[in-house]
Amino acid sequence: MTVPTAPPPAALATGFGVRAAARVVAVPDGRGSTGLPVLEGEGPFALRRLRSAGREARACLVGAMSAPLGGDALALSATVADGAALRFTTTAATIALPGRTGAPAAYDTRLDVGEDAVLRWLPEPLISAGGSDLRMTTRIDLAPSARLVYREEQVLGRAGEDTGRLVTRLTVRRAGRPLFDQELAYGPGAPGWAGGAVLGGYGAVGQLIVVDPAFEERPVERTLLGETAVLTPLAGPAALVTAVAPDALCLRRHLDAAANLMDW
Amino acid sequence: MAIHHVTAPVAGAAARTRPPEPFKERAARPPEPGPVRSGRPPEPFGNRAARPAGSRAALLVLADGRFPAGGHAHSGGAEPAVKTGRVRDAATLEEFCRGRLHTAGLTAAALAAAAAAGLDPLVLDEAADARTPAPALRAAARRLGRQMMRAARAAWPSPELDALAAARPRGAHQPVVLGLAARAAGLAPLDAAYASAYEAVSGPATATVRLLSLDPFDATAVLAHLAVDLDQVAGTAAEAAARAVREGAEALPAPSAPLLDITAEQHATWPVRLFAS
Amino acid sequence: MHLDHGNDFPERHTHSAEAIRPDGTRRALRIGLGGPVGTGKTATVAALCRALRDELSIAVVTNDIYTREDAEFLLREAVLPPERISAVETGACPHTAIRDDISANLEAVEDLEDQVGPLDLVLVESGGDNLTATFSRGLVDFQIFVIDVSGGDDIPRKGGPGVTTADLLVVNKTDLAPYVGVDLEGMARDAKAQRGDLPVAFTSIKAEGGVRPVSDWVRERLAAWTAENAAA
Repeated sequence: MTVPTAPPPAALATGFGVRAAARVVAVPDGRGSTGLPVLEGEGPFALRRLRSAGREARACLVGAMSAPLGGDALALSATVADGAALRFTTTAATIALPGRTGAPAAYDTRLDVGEDAVLRWLPEPLISAGGSDLRMTTRIDLAPSARLVYREEQVLGRAGEDTGRLVTRLTVRRAGRPLFDQELAYGPGAPGWAGGAVLGGYGAVGQLIVVDPAFEERPVERTLLGETAVLTPLAGPAALVTAVAPDALCLRRHLDAAANLMDW
Repeated sequence: MAIHHVTAPVAGAAARTRPPEPFKERAARPPEPGPVRSGRPPEPFGNRAARPAGSRAALLVLADGRFPAGGHAHSGGAEPAVKTGRVRDAATLEEFCRGRLHTAGLTAAALAAAAAAGLDPLVLDEAADARTPAPALRAAARRLGRQMMRAARAAWPSPELDALAAARPRGAHQPVVLGLAARAAGLAPLDAAYASAYEAVSGPATATVRLLSLDPFDATAVLAHLAVDLDQVAGTAAEAAARAVREGAEALPAPSAPLLDITAEQHATWPVRLFAS
Repeated sequence: MHLDHGNDFPERHTHSAEAIRPDGTRRALRIGLGGPVGTGKTATVAALCRALRDELSIAVVTNDIYTREDAEFLLREAVLPPERISAVETGACPHTAIRDDISANLEAVEDLEDQVGPLDLVLVESGGDNLTATFSRGLVDFQIFVIDVSGGDDIPRKGGPGVTTADLLVVNKTDLAPYVGVDLEGMARDAKAQRGDLPVAFTSIKAEGGVRPVSDWVRERLAAWTAENAAA
């Protein structure tokens, strides 16, 4: 399934699922803060502007309908122009649900961060409901002086339920070079995912990536955060927290603790 | 590319995709005297002319657990998994190995296949860094890459190996060196993928025999059970490498295992351990 | 075909085995120390370092069953500055790391030479192992096999590659001989029978000057090796 990179004219309900896109553009407003000249979404995406804080504009995604369902194709993009700062959140967890046909859903996120720009991408967790099948790709392109905080949390199944199938790929490029590239695959069709190498029975997994040119001089030190989480320097001016946990709450605690350690 | 769907004869396993079948092509090839093979079947991708045709048996040398490239001192994550009880018997070892094979194993196999296919090893080395978030595993991969380089240059001297050794004197990522060694030996990208994928499971299995005093027959049976998975991973890796020849290294898969990354960092801080990683 | 590099095979991969390094300097003499657990290998290494460190530039590579145990002993004893001691991790098999797959040890030796500058002598210590453990000739120039009297006076008679082929056999802890009922002369006879003209040193390493026979032998080997490679 291909996903349009430019937003389609309107949410399009095909016989098999919804195609929808949302887009945010953040630019310096000339008064020391950041404006959001583009803040548009359709179908399941409703975007809201929140009160900005200092230099940082804030946008929030409000889930307007159940999505993604199997067969849906969702595209979300944010562009943070040179010198701008954006914080992005969601009001609630995103729940991947089964569709009518068994077709997988696609959810593609594309983030571009310019020179001296800052993006804090802090959505609520993704929950993979039993029977769902979601392919998620996130591609982040950073200018050399851009800064990024990116959080990703996945919860495998709702309470008392098996997980659906979830395949994600997260690619971060900085100055056109690969900085971080990772696929995660859980649930039916992902061999060995519950075994001792991958998740070892834990139901929540997440990561927090921080990219900051200041790490070039002063990289983070490897820090063990309890039994199942670790903060490590990447091969570049970036840090990664990798964590697995029994549930979303424990997972968030790990990620927050690491964010505090890094003063982010 | 012909892909045959077969139902795996493993109870409870889903139908698996079988990789392209070079064995049949090769078996059909009449044996030829001398080192130069002219009647070689078409290969999945280019860059073949630049390297010598080799003997398929070189794959046995490369994949031999006794190949002196330092692998014996690494557990592939099995040592921390044994300590936490996640690996405690043959069944849990098998699930551990299956998970490692389809994650870190596939990533490594695809890098190896791409190097064997002639992609720029320095680009692949950078791609390997981006795919290895745990610094302990990046360090281990480079150390093993340097050791593999030493053995490979002795076994299959090649200007390409010399060039990579000069460009990365502290070691390139091991799968990249392994792929380039396969290339120097005249092996195909799929061969390199097999060698790398097998190493992803044979390392932990051997280590577990030492760590748990697991019955070595059980450990070998585990490896035998994984044969279908190995076919699948090697095939996927070789296909991805073919795509990467056309589209660049980003087309290579990047599957990852969170616990392997987390426990590798924990293991690196242990004051007393049997294995280097 | 690129396989016909006959002129530089096999030095290509063990280029560090050549006495003259690529930059024209002479590399260090490498001596391996092996032998069963608890016979005094690490004590011998420590004593050799103390005896020779004022006249020679020395470094040590340890091969432990457990990571770093021997390296840390040497650090605690402060026989050499820490940058001259390197630990190779062996995956529970020191004999593999010194004989079958020497790649990690070669790298450790080369790294020491690169990092601490010209060395005269590198001692490569194996973790305690059995009587069959020997060093690869690709890794060391000479090897010392250390046994002790408390292991029983029949060890030289039993032979095995270590006892039979080592360039120097050290029989340590001779001071304990009366307490463990060991016949030193019998051991010497058996060793002679197994080893022919190869030397045997009966020592008590922990005694004052106890390492003397070993350090003298090392000095001789170094002098001969240096002369040989200066001529070459």
